[in-house]
Amino acid sequence: MARTATPKSGTKPKASAAPAALTDPAANAASAKDSSRGWPRPPEPKRHKATGPELLDFYRQMLLVRRFEERAGQLYGMGMIGGFCHLYIGQEAVVVGIQAALRPTDSVITGYRDHGHMLVAGIPAEAVMAELTGRAAGISKGKGGSMHMFSVEHGFYGGHGIVAAQVPLGTGLAFAHKYKGDGGLAVTYFGDGASNQGQVYESFNMAELWKLPVIFVIENNQYAMGTSVNRSSSEDQLYRRGESFRVPGLQVDGMDVLAVRGAAQTAVDWVRSGKGPILLELKTYRYRGHSMSDPAKYRSREEVAAMREKSDPIEAAKREIIEGGFADEARLKEIDKEVRAIVTGAADFAEEAPEPELSELYTDVLVGTY
Amino acid sequence: MAEIKLPAMSPTMEEGTLAKWLVAEGDVVKPGDLLAEIETDKATMELEADDGGTVVTLHVAAGTEGVKVGTVIATIAGEDEVAAPAAPVVAKAAAPVAAAAPVAAPIAAEAVVAATAPVAFDGPVKRQTVREALRDAMAEEMRTTPEVFVMGEEVAEYQGAYKVTQGLLEEFGPQRVVDTPITEYGFAGLGTGAAMGGLKPIVEFMTFNFAMQAIDHIINSAAKTNYMSGGQMRCPIVFRGPNGAASRVGAQHSQNYAPWYASVPGLIVIAPYSAADAKGLLKSAIRSPDPVVFLENELLYGQSFDVPEGDVAVPIGKASVVRAGRDVTLVSYSIGVGVALEAAKTLAAEGIEAEIIDLRTLRPLDTATVLASLKKTNRMVVVEEGWPVCSIASEIITVAMEQGFDDLDAPILRVTNVDVPLPYAANLEKAALLKAEDVVSAAKKVCYK
Repeated sequence: MARTATPKSGTKPKASAAPAALTDPAANAASAKDSSRGWPRPPEPKRHKATGPELLDFYRQMLLVRRFEERAGQLYGMGMIGGFCHLYIGQEAVVVGIQAALRPTDSVITGYRDHGHMLVAGIPAEAVMAELTGRAAGISKGKGGSMHMFSVEHGFYGGHGIVAAQVPLGTGLAFAHKYKGDGGLAVTYFGDGASNQGQVYESFNMAELWKLPVIFVIENNQYAMGTSVNRSSSEDQLYRRGESFRVPGLQVDGMDVLAVRGAAQTAVDWVRSGKGPILLELKTYRYRGHSMSDPAKYRSREEVAAMREKSDPIEAAKREIIEGGFADEARLKEIDKEVRAIVTGAADFAEEAPEPELSELYTDVLVGTY
Repeated sequence: MAEIKLPAMSPTMEEGTLAKWLVAEGDVVKPGDLLAEIETDKATMELEADDGGTVVTLHVAAGTEGVKVGTVIATIAGEDEVAAPAAPVVAKAAAPVAAAAPVAAPIAAEAVVAATAPVAFDGPVKRQTVREALRDAMAEEMRTTPEVFVMGEEVAEYQGAYKVTQGLLEEFGPQRVVDTPITEYGFAGLGTGAAMGGLKPIVEFMTFNFAMQAIDHIINSAAKTNYMSGGQMRCPIVFRGPNGAASRVGAQHSQNYAPWYASVPGLIVIAPYSAADAKGLLKSAIRSPDPVVFLENELLYGQSFDVPEGDVAVPIGKASVVRAGRDVTLVSYSIGVGVALEAAKTLAAEGIEAEIIDLRTLRPLDTATVLASLKKTNRMVVVEEGWPVCSIASEIITVAMEQGFDDLDAPILRVTNVDVPLPYAANLEKAALLKAEDVVSAAKKVCYK
């Protein structure tokens, strides 16, 4: 006696129903002619036309991240910062260009290279630096450290230490935005290394299936710790990684803040109009090692020097400001001075602030009392 | 003549309801034709004909409940027999002869439960299965709290792989009862993110065996974030589903994860036994601002208990004394409580009165109730449907040794599953699992009897 496990529900086909065609006859033809297979695609992004004050603001923010990270590197060398510490130097244009397209009600989540994201989200430099030095005044009361920082108030949801874990979490933040109907979206940053984790594709699938308002941002800094994209990725054009889920992808120059700002607008418009997720691959570069303990012997000094010299996002913005007549050298020096003052203040604060009380060891494990 | 017997349509099916006949006596059927709809404990299934022939007799009337697996429900005459012109007539004539069909009486699935006398509730109660109680807990909380939603594999249109979410889609719609792809790591992370974003997700794992694919999010993302954020990032989520051994499903589908999750600070871990606790604790879990791992048991889903009517939440972190006794304390949780109750009956017949503690919550552990009972009986056996090493039993024994040493009149023993991956063969599986007779022996041993 045989039996079928066909459940009695409205949408499941009966066992006796004629089987559907096993292949889509149009698939090969369509993919040969167009890698997007004819699904709707966003328009080609345009480089953002910035006003003077806007460009100066981008410059100031990038500089803040750069100087902050340089100082964090110094404090690490002095033993003030422990554990893992991943610096964002070189990648500043990515987070500045994306954040500028967001609203305060949107959510942002990233991995452990998170200091820049926090500063640009408006979190005070003191609170970030004091977290790095493990002090009570740190944004996580000194209990998170470099990789685990959050500020719900600023729409910043971490700061996650497990490679790619933030991708489904960010997709869940997008789910919450859609569920609540609050018009918000979630920006989910991850690296080229994370892009090979399976949970990224589980997230792409659900995000597109449910048309969730999420912008997936791959910060492709070319190296997953010591492994270059070419050595780790069968499809090294990472913007194509969403194709089999019908998530459209765009490749963007992540060393040009205005290109990033323009692409971010295209992505935001796409997502806010209810079309579901979009994937941005930002081609960028980190000047420092993967973390402070990485000697970075997997690439040549010349490669790093050439990138700094030819493609630095801050120098490029500076040139554009001068050439556009938006400000003179003197004004830029002033900005530099202001930024240095913020960073110095934050570092002094972070060095002098007290460590957490020992009683903090036992707090915040659970919220409820049982 | 071929006898059609009611087949077991799931690993735990012992009986079913013959919902509907899709053929009548005298019909000619071909192999693969549908004969009947059978409701099992999990779903409505269709019964197909293996061989062609003429339906001679339908022995069990449509709508009959509690038909035992193996009961002859129809007789079909083979095609050769049917080929004879007179066959249909013969078949029809045969019907009354075979009419004395053995329709099984509803089986006593409550045999073990019947021992659960001491738990009495004030106010009105209704008899409910654990499955129904869990469903009601979710439905009641969803009615009052719009942020609560359920997601998981087959929770919506299929009505739940084990029917626990039955009816929720109809009442709450697809926005709040969300079928996911088979993607545990992904949807556990997505649910956790949604909780961080202000929702109150109930994430169903078809079984906790599959949650191993998702354990990174349960522990690294859900359990630790409040601490790592200095108390800013809430994660009010419930991960629920069946845990522990089912029946004959082998090693990969039969495992008790209670000790795994109970070792993690930042999580609440609950493993109820009765339907009342299943409902009351699930309500508390959904209301909790903390991440909760809620461990159910497939073999308990169909068992019935008295459940208080209305909005009755059971507090998290409180054990329950389900049987009072003076001679020995049996500490257990989940399905082990049923085994302990069975053992207590045998022990009582031999003059040993066992006190049974149902831990109910495994983190935080209600050590006060355990130690109070130990103070009273001075003897203890821990009963656990799971592996012995680094188990809840290990923890209870440590607590008793550290905090109740002076109350001990005998070493504490643990009775658990055997320390092997669960085998498939029926005899080996039985030998590997927790047994009441072993609890009886252990109890006698600590009583020096």
